[in-house]
Amino acid sequence: MNIAAAATKLTVNGEAAALRSPPATRLAEALRSELGLTGTKVGCDAGDCGACTVLLDGEQVCACMVPVAQAAGRDVTTVEGLARDRALSDLQAAFLRHGAAQCGICTPGMLMAARDLLDRNPSPTEREAADALGGVLCRCTGYRKIVEAVLDVAGSQPCAEPETHVRPAAAVGARIARLDGTPKLTGDEVFGADFAPPDALTLRVIRSPVARGRFETGDLAAFRQARPGIAAVLTAADIPGSNAFGVYPVGKDQPVLADRIVRYRGEAVLAVVGNSAAVAALRDEDLPVSWHEEEPVVGVEGAAASGAAIVQAGRDGNVLARGRVVKGDIERGFAEADFVAGGEWRTSFVEHAYIEPEAGWARRIGDRLEIHVSTQSPYMDRDETALILGIGEEQVRIVPTACGGGFGGKLDLSVQPLVALAAWTLGVPVRCTYTRPESMASSTKRHPAAIRARAGCTAEGTLTAFEFHGDFDSGAYASWGPTVADRVPVHATGPYVVPHVKNTSCAWLTNAPPSGAFRGFGVPQSAIANEALLDDLAGQCGIDPLAFRLRNAIRKGDETSSGQVLEHSAGLADCFEALQADWDRERAEAERINRAGGPLRRGVGVAGMWYGCGNTSMSNPSTMKIGISAEGQVTLYNGAMDMGQGPNTIMPQIAADALGVPVERIANIAGDTDRTADAGKSSASRQTFVSGRATQIAGETLRADILRLANVGPAAALEIGDGRIVLRDGDAERTLDLRAMARDAEGDVLAADGTFDPPTEPLDADGQGVPYATYGFGAHLAVIDIDIELGTVKVQRIVAAHDVGRAINPTLLEGQIHGGVAQGLGLALMEEYVPGRTENLHDYLIPTFGDIPPIDTILIEDPEPLGPYGAKGIGEQALIPTAPAIFNAVHHATGVRLRHAPALPHRVREALLAVQEAGHT
Amino acid sequence: MSVYLRPDNLEEALDALRCRPLTVLAGGTDYFPGRVGRPLDDDLLDLTGIAALRGIADEGGYWRIGALTTWMDLVRADLPACFDGLKDAAREVGGVQIQNAGTLAGNLCNASPAADGAPNLAALEAEVELSAADGVRRLPVTDFLTGNRTTALESNEIVTAVLVPKLPGAAASAFLKLGARRYLVISIVMIGIVLVPDGGTVGNARIAVGACSPVTRRLPALEAALNGRPLDAALGEAVSAETVETVLTPIDDVRGSAGFRMDATLTMLRRGLSDMGRRIGAGA
Ligand SMILES: Cc1cc2nc3c(=O)[nH]c(=O)nc-3n(C[C@H](O)[C@H](O)[C@H](O)COP(=O)(O)OP(=O)(O)OC[C@H]3O[C@@H](n4cnc5c(N)ncnc54)[C@H](O)[C@@H]3O)c2cc1C
Ligand code: FES
Ligand code: FES
Repeated sequence: MNIAAAATKLTVNGEAAALRSPPATRLAEALRSELGLTGTKVGCDAGDCGACTVLLDGEQVCACMVPVAQAAGRDVTTVEGLARDRALSDLQAAFLRHGAAQCGICTPGMLMAARDLLDRNPSPTEREAADALGGVLCRCTGYRKIVEAVLDVAGSQPCAEPETHVRPAAAVGARIARLDGTPKLTGDEVFGADFAPPDALTLRVIRSPVARGRFETGDLAAFRQARPGIAAVLTAADIPGSNAFGVYPVGKDQPVLADRIVRYRGEAVLAVVGNSAAVAALRDEDLPVSWHEEEPVVGVEGAAASGAAIVQAGRDGNVLARGRVVKGDIERGFAEADFVAGGEWRTSFVEHAYIEPEAGWARRIGDRLEIHVSTQSPYMDRDETALILGIGEEQVRIVPTACGGGFGGKLDLSVQPLVALAAWTLGVPVRCTYTRPESMASSTKRHPAAIRARAGCTAEGTLTAFEFHGDFDSGAYASWGPTVADRVPVHATGPYVVPHVKNTSCAWLTNAPPSGAFRGFGVPQSAIANEALLDDLAGQCGIDPLAFRLRNAIRKGDETSSGQVLEHSAGLADCFEALQADWDRERAEAERINRAGGPLRRGVGVAGMWYGCGNTSMSNPSTMKIGISAEGQVTLYNGAMDMGQGPNTIMPQIAADALGVPVERIANIAGDTDRTADAGKSSASRQTFVSGRATQIAGETLRADILRLANVGPAAALEIGDGRIVLRDGDAERTLDLRAMARDAEGDVLAADGTFDPPTEPLDADGQGVPYATYGFGAHLAVIDIDIELGTVKVQRIVAAHDVGRAINPTLLEGQIHGGVAQGLGLALMEEYVPGRTENLHDYLIPTFGDIPPIDTILIEDPEPLGPYGAKGIGEQALIPTAPAIFNAVHHATGVRLRHAPALPHRVREALLAVQEAGHT
Repeated sequence: MSVYLRPDNLEEALDALRCRPLTVLAGGTDYFPGRVGRPLDDDLLDLTGIAALRGIADEGGYWRIGALTTWMDLVRADLPACFDGLKDAAREVGGVQIQNAGTLAGNLCNASPAADGAPNLAALEAEVELSAADGVRRLPVTDFLTGNRTTALESNEIVTAVLVPKLPGAAASAFLKLGARRYLVISIVMIGIVLVPDGGTVGNARIAVGACSPVTRRLPALEAALNGRPLDAALGEAVSAETVETVLTPIDDVRGSAGFRMDATLTMLRRGLSDMGRRIGAGA
C-alpha cells in the first residue's frame, strides 16, 4: 500500500493521463510541470487565492492542496478543458465581453468556480454566484464584471451592455473587448512562472529571518558538494558589477544579495541554484548561515528618536528624503479663517498582493543575456541588470511575459538580477518563482503614513489655509520613497483652491521592507486627511459637504498649491455635480434609516481627488513605433507594459484611429527591449497619457508619410491589403506596392515612431513650478452601513465619477475604476501588512467577492489637449477617493472620525467607545 | 524517500500507525498551507481511500459523522434543526473549494483556537471517536481539544468519527461568526448555540465561544442563567459580563484586541440568543 513509487492514473480534461510525481506532490504542480497544463495558476500554494481551482469529479477544489495520490482514478477538469475545438465556451465568451479578466491570473480559477456553480445551478442569483466564487481572489477587477459575466451567461441578468456615454470615433471610444483577452481565458497566456526551457535550473533565495543584524556564512562549498543536485550557492561576492540597485539614477542603495548586513526581514542573502528536485528538498535551516540579530528601527517614531540606530551608513538621522510645497503666508491664512479643523491620522503598510508572485527566467546567449520576466518596467530592468552584471545595456534583453498584476510592486527588481547572475555565471538557463510568503516579505509596500494636518476656512466656507506634515515609513531602502516625499506635498491640499499652503513630508529609513510605488505614491494616504478636514470644516460652517467641495473645487484658470495655473481639462466640479442626485437621495435615505435607531447605522460620504499624470517635474518620455510589412501587416511596437490595465488594447485603438485603419488590422508586440522602444514605466498613470500620445504621433506620422508617398490629400481612406495599400481620396485611387519597398530589420517597409514627453517645469525650494502636464480628477460617493456594537463596516454602494479627458475604452476604464475602488476599500477597512505576522493571504486580508458593493461609474470627458484624443490617466486616480469617502460616511453615520487605517472592527469599536466615554464625562 | 500510505480500509491504517509514526492526511487543507516553500517529505498516512470513513449515519442514539465527511457533505445532508448552526459554520469555512475538501475531523485535529467547527460541536456535546489498533475510545470534544494546536490524540490513533447525541426534535441551534471580510476569513470571535425548548421556555441551553481562549469554551454560568427563561426576544438580556469573563481568556493579535473580543462576544451572545428566542418563541 505504499504508493510512493507508482504512477497515478487519472483523467484530465477527458483524456487518460498518468502522473509520475511523488504521491504527496500538489496536483497543481504536477498538472503544470508534468502535463504542461499551466492554465492552472499558483498564487499561494495555501488555499488562500483560489487561482489553482480545478474541478475534481465535477467539484471545485484548490489543486494546490490536493496530493496527486488523491486524484487517482478521478476526473480532473482544468481551464484548458473549457474551450471546445478552440472555440470559447459561453462562459469564457461572457468573461471576454464583460472585461471580467484584466491581468488574467485569477481568471482560470474564476472560470472553474463559475463552471462548478453553473453545472449545479444554471440560474444563480448574485448572492449564489458570490458564494460559489468567493474562494477565488482577484486583485484587479473588483469582482463586479466577473459577477456580471456569470449572471449574463446564466441568463439571470441579460447582457446589459453598459451604456456608452462617450462618442466613439472608430476605435477610440469604443467598448472593444481586450485584444489580448482570449489567451487569458483559455489558459494559454504565459505568465512569469509558466515557461522555462526544459534544461533550466531552479533558483531559490535564502532570506533574512531577522529585521536587522549581521550574518556569516559557513562552508558553502562543502554544502554544495554534499548535494549533487545543487550547482551553485551565490553570494554578494559573486556579483561582478555593482551590488546596488534602485529606481533612481543616483542613490542606488539596495543590494541584490546582502553583504554581511541585513536591514529587513525577507532581504535576499543567498541564491541556491540547482535542479528542481534538489532545490525543493532544501530547508532554509540547511544553509550554513549564522545570524546575529540586532534591535531593529521600527516605525517613523523609531527612526526619528534621538539616539536611534542608523539604518544605512551615510544617511544620518535616518532621513531618506523631504518634500515641501509652500505658498502664500500660512499664518495669515489661519488668521483669516473663521473655522479651523485639524487632526492626526495613521495608515499601515499595504501589500500589492498581485495574485501572480514574482517569476521569470534567464539565459545566456553568447555575450548577451535574455530575461523573461513579469514586469512593469522592461527598460529599467535592462539598465539595472546591466549595471549589476557589469555589462553593457545592449547586452541585456528583457522579454516581458504576461504580468499577473503589478500596481507598482513590479516596478522594482525582484528575480531579474538573480536569474541573470546565475544564468550568466553558470551558462545554463535559470528560473525562479517566489513563494507567496517570500513575495510578501521581500517586495515593496505602500508607505505607512503618520499625518498631522489642519485647514481653515471663512464663515462662508471658502478655504483660506492648509497645513500638512506627513512622515512616511520608507523601510530599509530608497525604492520610490523620494517620489512619495515629492508627490505628497504637491497633492496634500486636495483638489481645492487654497491661497495659503504649507505642506511638508519626510520619508524615513527603518528596518522594514522597502516602501515603494503603490497606486498613488502616498496620495491615497494624504487624501484620507485632507478629505476629513473638508468634512469637518463643512460641518463647522453648517454647509453640506458636497456643496462645500463644489465651492472650493479647483477649476480651469485656478492656481494649484504649486502655483500652477490649470489651463485645460479640469473636470472636478463636473464630477461633484454628477454625484449630486445620488447624494441627495442617499443622504435622505440614510436619515430615514437612522431614525429607526438600532445598532446598524447608514452613512453617506463623499471625497474628491486629483492626481498628476506622469513623473513629478521629471522628463518621462515614451517612444512608440508602428510599422507595415511588405505583406501589409501593421504592427505596433508597444513598450507600454500591460499588467492588466490595458495598454495592449488601448494603444492599438489609438494607433488604429491615428493611422486610419480598423483596430483588428493591428498586431501588437509588447515590451521586448530588442523590438520596442522605451515607453517608460507603467506607473504614475502615465501610459494612456504619455505612451498613448506617442502612439498617436507615430500613427499620424506614418499616415502622413503614406499620404505623401501616394500623393493624396489628408482625407484619403487607407486600405491596407495583401502587399499593398490602396488609398482613396474622393474619386482618386492610388495603390502603393509594399512588396517593392525595402525591408527593415523587423521586415517592415514603412515605419514611423512617435515620442512624447509631457512638459513640466522643475519645482523650486518651495515646491512652486509645474510638476505635471495634466491632472486626473474624480469624486467618490460611498454608502456604508456600520454596526456600532461590533465595529464592522459594510460598504453598500460606491458611485465613482472621474474626469478621464477622453474615454479611449469605457469598458476598460470601468474595470480600472472598479479595481481602484476595491483596493481603496481594502486600504480603508482591512489591509495591514505586519512583517513576520501577515506574510500570507490568510492573515493579510484583501477584499473578497462579498466585500465589494455595486459600483456606478460616471465618466466625465474634459479633454486634455496634450493627451491622445484628449485622454489622460486613470490607474491611480480611481483608488484615491475611496477610503476617504468611506471614512467620511462612517463619520456621517456615527459622528466618529476614524484616524487609523485600516479600520478593522476592533479599531472602529474602540473609536466609538472612546467618543461615547468622552460624551459621558 | 518518504512513505505515502493510502489504504482502503481502517485496519490497515491502524496497523500502519502501530508500527511507526505517520502524519495523518485527510482533506489536506491544513496540511498543505503549513508547508509552503518547504519540502513535502513527511511520512504520510492518507485516509481518503477509506470509503467507510465518509458520510453521516443515524446510529440510534446519536448521529455518526465519519472522519472523512467534508464541510460540503454536512451542508448537503438532511439533518435535524440542532445541526443548523453547524451547517452555517460549514458554509462559513473558507470558500467552496475548502468546503469540498476539508473535513470536520481534520478541523478538530488541527485544533486551531479559531476552528469554526468547534463551538457548535461543543454545544452539541459531541464526542470524538479515537481508534487505534488495540481499541477505540471516546472523548467529549471539549476534552479532546487540549490547547492551541494540541489534542488528546495519541500517535497510534486516528479520529474515526464525531458522534453527536440526538436531541429532541424541537432543539434549535445557531452559529455566529465575526470576521473582517466576507469570505475566506479566520474568525475574530465565533459562537455556537444549542437551545432545547421546554414549552415556551429554555429547557436546556448550551453555549460555546471560539477564538477567545486556546480552545473553544462552554459558558456554564450563562447556560444556567438561561435555563427556564421564556423564549422571546428578551432572551439575550440574560447575558452579563460576569457569565463570560470568568471563562474566556482572549488575546491581542492582528485580527483584534482582547478587549474587543470580549466586548464583541457579549454583543454576539445577546444577539444570537434574542434572535433564537424570537424565532423559537414565534414557532412555539
Ligand atoms: C483558505 C482556507 C480557509 C480556511 N478557512 C477556515 C475557516 O473559515 N474556518 C475554519 O475553521 N477553518 C478554516 N480553514 C482550515 C481547514 O480548512 C479546516 O481546519 C479543515 O476542516 C481541516 O480538514 P482537512 O481534512 O483538510 O485536514 P488536513 O489538512 O488533512 O489535516 C489537518 C490536521 O488534522 C490531522 N487529521 C486530519 N484528519 C484526521 C483524522 N481523521 N485523525 C487524526 N488526525 C487527523 C492531520 O494530521 C493534520 O494535522 C481554512 C483553510 C484554508 C486553506
Ligand atoms: S494557489 Fe491554490 S489557492 Fe492559491
Ligand atoms: S484579473 Fe483578477 S487578479 Fe488580475
